[in-house]
Amino acid sequence: MLAGKSIIDKIWDLHTLYVKEDGETLLYIDRHLTHEVTSPMAFEGLREKNRRVRRPDLTFAVMDHNVPTSDRLKPIQDEMSAKQIEALERNAKEFGLTLFDLYSPFQGIVHVIGPELGLTIPGITLVCGDSHTSTHGALGALAFGIGTSEGEHVFATQTLWLKKPKKMLISLEGALSNNITAKDVVLWIIRNIGTGGGIGYIVEYEGPVVREMNVEERMTLCNMMIEGGARTAIISPDDKVFNYVKGRPYAPSGDEWDQALEYWKTIVSDPDAEYHKTIRFSVDKLEPQVTWGTNPAMTVGVTEEVPDPRDFDDAKEKQAVERALNYMGLQPGTKITDISVDVVFIGSCTNGRLTDLIDAARVVVGKKVAHNVRALIVPGSQLVKRNAERLGLHRIFIDAGFEWRNPGCSMCIAMNEDRLRPGERCASTSNRNFENRQGPGGRTHLVSPIMAAAAAVYGKFIDIRMLDLPSRSEVLEYARTYKGY
Amino acid sequence: MLEPIKVIEGKAAPLRLENVDTDQIIPAEFLKILGKKGLGRYCFYRWRYNEDGSLREDFILNNPKYRDASILIAGKNFGIGSSRENAVWALQDLGIKCVIAPSFGDIFYVNSLKNMLLCIKLSEEQVKMLQELAERENLILRIDLEKNIIEYRGGVISFDLDRVVKERFLQGLDEIQLTLKHIEKIKKYEEGMPSFLLPKARRFIHD
Repeated sequence: MLAGKSIIDKIWDLHTLYVKEDGETLLYIDRHLTHEVTSPMAFEGLREKNRRVRRPDLTFAVMDHNVPTSDRLKPIQDEMSAKQIEALERNAKEFGLTLFDLYSPFQGIVHVIGPELGLTIPGITLVCGDSHTSTHGALGALAFGIGTSEGEHVFATQTLWLKKPKKMLISLEGALSNNITAKDVVLWIIRNIGTGGGIGYIVEYEGPVVREMNVEERMTLCNMMIEGGARTAIISPDDKVFNYVKGRPYAPSGDEWDQALEYWKTIVSDPDAEYHKTIRFSVDKLEPQVTWGTNPAMTVGVTEEVPDPRDFDDAKEKQAVERALNYMGLQPGTKITDISVDVVFIGSCTNGRLTDLIDAARVVVGKKVAHNVRALIVPGSQLVKRNAERLGLHRIFIDAGFEWRNPGCSMCIAMNEDRLRPGERCASTSNRNFENRQGPGGRTHLVSPIMAAAAAVYGKFIDIRMLDLPSRSEVLEYARTYKGY
Repeated sequence: MLEPIKVIEGKAAPLRLENVDTDQIIPAEFLKILGKKGLGRYCFYRWRYNEDGSLREDFILNNPKYRDASILIAGKNFGIGSSRENAVWALQDLGIKCVIAPSFGDIFYVNSLKNMLLCIKLSEEQVKMLQELAERENLILRIDLEKNIIEYRGGVISFDLDRVVKERFLQGLDEIQLTLKHIEKIKKYEEGMPSFLLPKARRFIHD
């Protein structure tokens, strides 16, 4: 009997137009999302050859990477950012694309707005000129981050050449302790498999832990898998996903909703699907995770210490640890809970959604940001921001001393004015702790929104399991009736 | 349309670091530059320059011995992280024509191919051996893409190259033009695409 198929195989096969002898496959692309930073040279390439965008109706543009998160009515100070933003506006107009510009009520980080607008739906192929496109896999879409040349190719042909990556199943078993989040899970996975552990693979997540998570939490899981080297990540959709998609602005509606639902229910992994590699993790004992170094695999639990280079036998590893500690300004053996922070950044395509803000509010409610900490909240999109405001969460944050900003990639990539100063140490809910990522000389510790919010309040990392936190529904009830200090 | 490349010959520089991410190859602030040319001066920016703009002596490519290197011999997982193709453009503008490493970030690897920056995977031992050679002496490599071999004084190493990479380099093609040969298959897929999979905005989105 033939083995069953995984969701990866099913979507792949449904979109295969042609396979070369060497396995290179021409895949049809159902959605192409684009932003101001990686698209200009792709549009330029089209113009040079007098080509058009083949399917403007499947192509959506948004400004996110270098937009200011301050007052949107003021002109953009950074001349080069302004030029890039103008270029996207011009290109969207010239090539007939829908653009969510700076002033759109639907503007936001591309990986936040795709799912929330219903552009991302199960069973489709989706690409974007951004590595974190894996985020969309949480809805059961096969989503690839691509380069600019590939973007130009998709613009012109609505297809992508790709050799089918291998398949890795990561099964998450057991149950998470209170206040341990998807972010802790994915940091821990990367810590285990390394930054290159997923190279050449598409990761499919499965297991009770994944099923228990809401769709936004699953997005965090898929989003960061790219930091483990994977080509992308995906999760078979279930009722949680279908309920999430239903009623969204671009999602199918009426009779088409029923047809779509019937179709999507067939595009899930068969129980006997085969994988090139299967890894099972039990999350029962997982504690909050904190990165100490300069790549996301350099992670330890909150009760652990910063590692000592002398404990590593491999010369290259020893050297890498030394270099990272030197950059991070950390001594070997320092307890994570003895590390104090200067800045807290809550936002990004990893953790800039409503669930993340609610989680942060659970810590912040009734407290103040430590006097020596600068704390920013940058909602992932205008919709996230408006929903948070409708729920009253913003007042909790603002009264506590957080800056409540406009949406964008912000301090995750530091292309706008939100950046660390040299030597500043940041608890960040973003996805990369690379050298200089959040600003030249800046030092990044990647954590969950709960850990970041606690770092803002206490001025240092604490084991949030010691805190008696209200539940998500309790904090929403509190916010609803909150009148301010 | 890119010109075919059959042989790459040049000086090799050892970059003895693993996990070199594309943020290090070109920092995000330089992604605002609209264009592919001239990015070389920002390549490895924070590793190459001091804050005052002077060259950092501790960075390998600043060593006069390697200033004219066109081949990088790097540690595993070269080019992980951000999808920015600018990393490839910056390396090429710096004069790099080939990177040899035990493994590469997936997106970087594809981006390199599209721009004909050659990425060769060798074993960790082979990479280490070449790095040591390049440190000891003036290592000139001659990479023959037709024969899949790297020649240097005193040795030859053969390497595997994906057929798609090889074809691309030997033929130098406009990929979009090639893909459009399959236009009938594209159209057929589009005709068969169920209507419920198309994004249809409810009116308020555009009001």
